[in-house]
Amino acid sequence: MAKSFALKALGFVSGDDFWRGIASIAVFLIFWEVGSRSQALFGFAFPWVSQIPPPSSVLQELIVLIQDPSFWMSALLSTLRVFEGFLAAMVIGIPLGLAMAVSRTFYGITFPVFEVLRPIPPLAWVPASIIFWPTQELSIAFVTFLGAFFTIVINVIGGAQAIDVRYFQAARSMGSSTWDIFRRIILPATLPSIVVGATVGVGITWAVVVAAEMISGGGSAGSVGGSGGGLGFFIWNSYVGGSYTQIVAGMISIGIAGYVSSAVLRKIGKWLTPWLLEN
Amino acid sequence: MSVRPAATHINLAVSAQPTRKGSVRITDVVKVYGAAGAGVLAVDHCTFDVPPGEITVVVGPSGCGKTTLLNAIAGFHSISSGSIHLDDELLCGPQKLKARPGPDRIVVFQNGALFPWKTNIENVTFGPIMQGLLSRAEAYEKARDMMADAGLRGIEHNYPGEISSGVRRRVEIVRALMNGPKILLLDEPYRALDSLTKSVMHEALLEIFYKSRVTIFFITHDLEEAIFLGHRVVIMTTRPCRPKKILDIDIPHPRDYSVLTAKRFREFMDETAAAVHEEAIKAFAAGEKER
Repeated sequence: MAKSFALKALGFVSGDDFWRGIASIAVFLIFWEVGSRSQALFGFAFPWVSQIPPPSSVLQELIVLIQDPSFWMSALLSTLRVFEGFLAAMVIGIPLGLAMAVSRTFYGITFPVFEVLRPIPPLAWVPASIIFWPTQELSIAFVTFLGAFFTIVINVIGGAQAIDVRYFQAARSMGSSTWDIFRRIILPATLPSIVVGATVGVGITWAVVVAAEMISGGGSAGSVGGSGGGLGFFIWNSYVGGSYTQIVAGMISIGIAGYVSSAVLRKIGKWLTPWLLEN
Repeated sequence: MSVRPAATHINLAVSAQPTRKGSVRITDVVKVYGAAGAGVLAVDHCTFDVPPGEITVVVGPSGCGKTTLLNAIAGFHSISSGSIHLDDELLCGPQKLKARPGPDRIVVFQNGALFPWKTNIENVTFGPIMQGLLSRAEAYEKARDMMADAGLRGIEHNYPGEISSGVRRRVEIVRALMNGPKILLLDEPYRALDSLTKSVMHEALLEIFYKSRVTIFFITHDLEEAIFLGHRVVIMTTRPCRPKKILDIDIPHPRDYSVLTAKRFREFMDETAAAVHEEAIKAFAAGEKER
């Protein structure tokens, strides 16, 4: 029981699934290791893979890094920016999406503007937001916010507009006021879409924060302490310093951070929507 | 626990005495969809009565406009002309083409409309709590009694997604009855069920009806279902929909499934099958033309 629960918490449905996952990761690592050592092993370099440090060196690098407080400082800084941007996107995006779904007039006014801004990649906002916001920190947070914001809004609108009209009719017949319908029908019916938007959005947030940190030079903290400017700046710094194992180690730590964020949100989502049957 | 005689001995009966209320009079109702003149005529000068405390079944081919009629009674859609009265009170008419939805007319929908995010008992208690008729505790107590009475004990705290569609339909009927409606509007509620489940559902519905004596307005395209359940069967023409034949089924209630093989039942089937089939052919031809 406890074992299967632990597996489920990690996102595996069954024990078979778990072992398949392990096997897949192992095969991937073996190919990578062999590929990056191809010059020494076979006398000729595999294209692309041979340029990358092997996983064994990356692991050694990671072991060194997790003992280094400045690495944790970078990770913490990126996490905080992700958290800020994501939280702001939720706080502004959910009410905005609901309002757009509920009011035809509001939708008519805001949706065209929204749809013009939405396709602009968050990174295209970087120069403008550096000019616009007083500090580097705020401009990074703003760009991070944009990454999650559009995804969340579009999901909320989609979810709220797809609510079956029969739910409204039934609620009206049973004496619900407009506020009751909003609180007891629209909100819970949209919740699954909000969860999807948040889970996808947080992934984008990680992608954006790292790139924004690279471009802007790690924000205020980066300009002072060198490697204190977030994981994006950490990777960029490693590139400048020529430490390829650090680059890959930094990439992997971002992958893990993104995975953990999504897993946490999925967990919260499941707790918020207990009526959705798990498979 | 406070002593509340009204809340302690509750069964499915809406009140202590069988109410003889819930009569619906449909007079000359016309419904045109789309712009006047260019629109589609869905209901064409439809006039018939739904007697109180009885089951009236409306039979017609799919898409004939019978649901339009039900939506007009429920107050979900407007009519174009004519009038509908509930117990001599005007629901909709020339001055007010759309009725106001209310707890005196509750719809049980074709594919079910239990709120999936609420447990069964939260669904069942929704109406009385919304209307402020009962406190939460009272509503839960009444809901537990009514659900037990309808054979729904043990699933109170499950979500609708966790129970079979047949049981869901029964929960939805109990949810409707919790509002103390004058009339239940059932829109092909058993359409998606297999025939074996359907037969169980029919008897369960009759049982609920015998206990509550609430007026039932039932829409279906299944003639056998109509004659088995109905006191009165209204056979509709295909679009535009108008009563083609109104029959009072004199097979005595309470009925059970043995009725299906009774001679009188077969006579009603023989009498009506041709009429229904004729309309089905027309509806099919019309559908082909539209394509």
